[in-house]
Amino acid sequence: MSWLNTLFILVIAFLVVFWEAAFHGLSHLLRAQIDFLPALMVYASLTGGLATVCLLAVLGGLGFDSLSANPLGVTVLPLFVIGLGLHLYRDLILRDQFFAQLSLGLTASALAPIFTLILLLTTGHRPLLGWGTLWQLLVMSIGGGIATPVCFELFKFINRTFGPPQVSESSFRPDREIRRGR
Amino acid sequence: MIKRQHYIALSLVVVGTLVLLNLRGQAAIRLKLGIGGLFFPLFGLAGSAQQLAGKVTDAFSTRAELLKQIEALRRENEQLRLEAMQTQEFRRENDRLRKLYGWQQQKPWKLKLAHVILQEPSNWWRTVQIDLGQRDQVQVNMPVMTPDGLVGRVSAVSLTRSTVLLLGDPNCRVAARVENESRDSGIIGSSGPLENDFVEMAFLSRNANLKPGQTVRTSGEGGIFPKDIVIGKVVDTRPVESGLAAAARVKLAANLNALEEVLVLFP
Repeated sequence: MSWLNTLFILVIAFLVVFWEAAFHGLSHLLRAQIDFLPALMVYASLTGGLATVCLLAVLGGLGFDSLSANPLGVTVLPLFVIGLGLHLYRDLILRDQFFAQLSLGLTASALAPIFTLILLLTTGHRPLLGWGTLWQLLVMSIGGGIATPVCFELFKFINRTFGPPQVSESSFRPDREIRRGR
Repeated sequence: MIKRQHYIALSLVVVGTLVLLNLRGQAAIRLKLGIGGLFFPLFGLAGSAQQLAGKVTDAFSTRAELLKQIEALRRENEQLRLEAMQTQEFRRENDRLRKLYGWQQQKPWKLKLAHVILQEPSNWWRTVQIDLGQRDQVQVNMPVMTPDGLVGRVSAVSLTRSTVLLLGDPNCRVAARVENESRDSGIIGSSGPLENDFVEMAFLSRNANLKPGQTVRTSGEGGIFPKDIVIGKVVDTRPVESGLAAAARVKLAANLNALEEVLVLFP
């Protein structure tokens, strides 16, 4: 089940990266493109293993950078750091709660572009920055925050549809059986 | 709580990222375009879906509508043919005069149509990718435009597609001249992250006589963009560097938000 979940996460990441590069209707309206990879990373780190986090950060990040003017690899590290942080404390997080998913999505979607920008500036690149960047970060954060609970629901549906059926527990317990006898 | 495997994973990712970030030149571009090639099937699928949608729309057009469109196109065609005839006459005259004065002959532009296949997914660059590449003889730094005006220049080329840096990207700078009496010149650079339709014309003289509505064209300096390609119109000006220089906001002639087809200018 674990590998199937990882596979679904990677396929969705591939589609999400393509969608972000191919469709810009929403971004022209909001003046900012929402990145769904941090939301996906929140889901992956809370439900998958370390390998899933690594694969999503590396493949998702490289895919994103390959379609962007970003230097190759600049998105990988921010995604991985966020994923690793959540993965380490996942036992303390109420991952099934809507509010927890929303707030984690908001935080991850705000931190990922900030880390990426810091990395870009550190490596000597000159990205397009200004006061408008604050608006873009806000839009990305809210968009990613809303996308995270949607992501959890989507994967719940996918796993229910394509995964093995859940074994229903029988209410019969042999130790509580009343033996009738004379 | 942090286990050995976490340290190993973190180290591997950090080292991998550093290696990738330090790749230089063609190796980085090739690797990037190679990974981007994995998305080709999806581009094809999206393109086919768009074509199919177009065909379905065409199928539902009525005969009367089509006849009306044909008539409009016929009229436009006749008008354009007349204009082309007139332009050819002007060109001949221009060539004759240039020969008379011993000036260098102007070469006509060689243009190739390209489709925009994807746009920049991140918010801090302005690029698009087009479906022309090395096999179509596209080279780095070739100017890209639309019939309305300049769009940008080619920044990276793979076999089948190229990346175009759009006007307004921090790495795309153009030497420009204003169509006014003093022929003021400056450099077109980026304006701001939210202003997709505007660019800033910097390094203008403080005595520049700029007025809103004046056309800005490429000056031909710098060797990348040929002279006289329309960039846009002046919107407003402001003094910069304590009044020692001026900068102007220019509204781009080409609509960069709705690019579907562009023209690559060949030397």
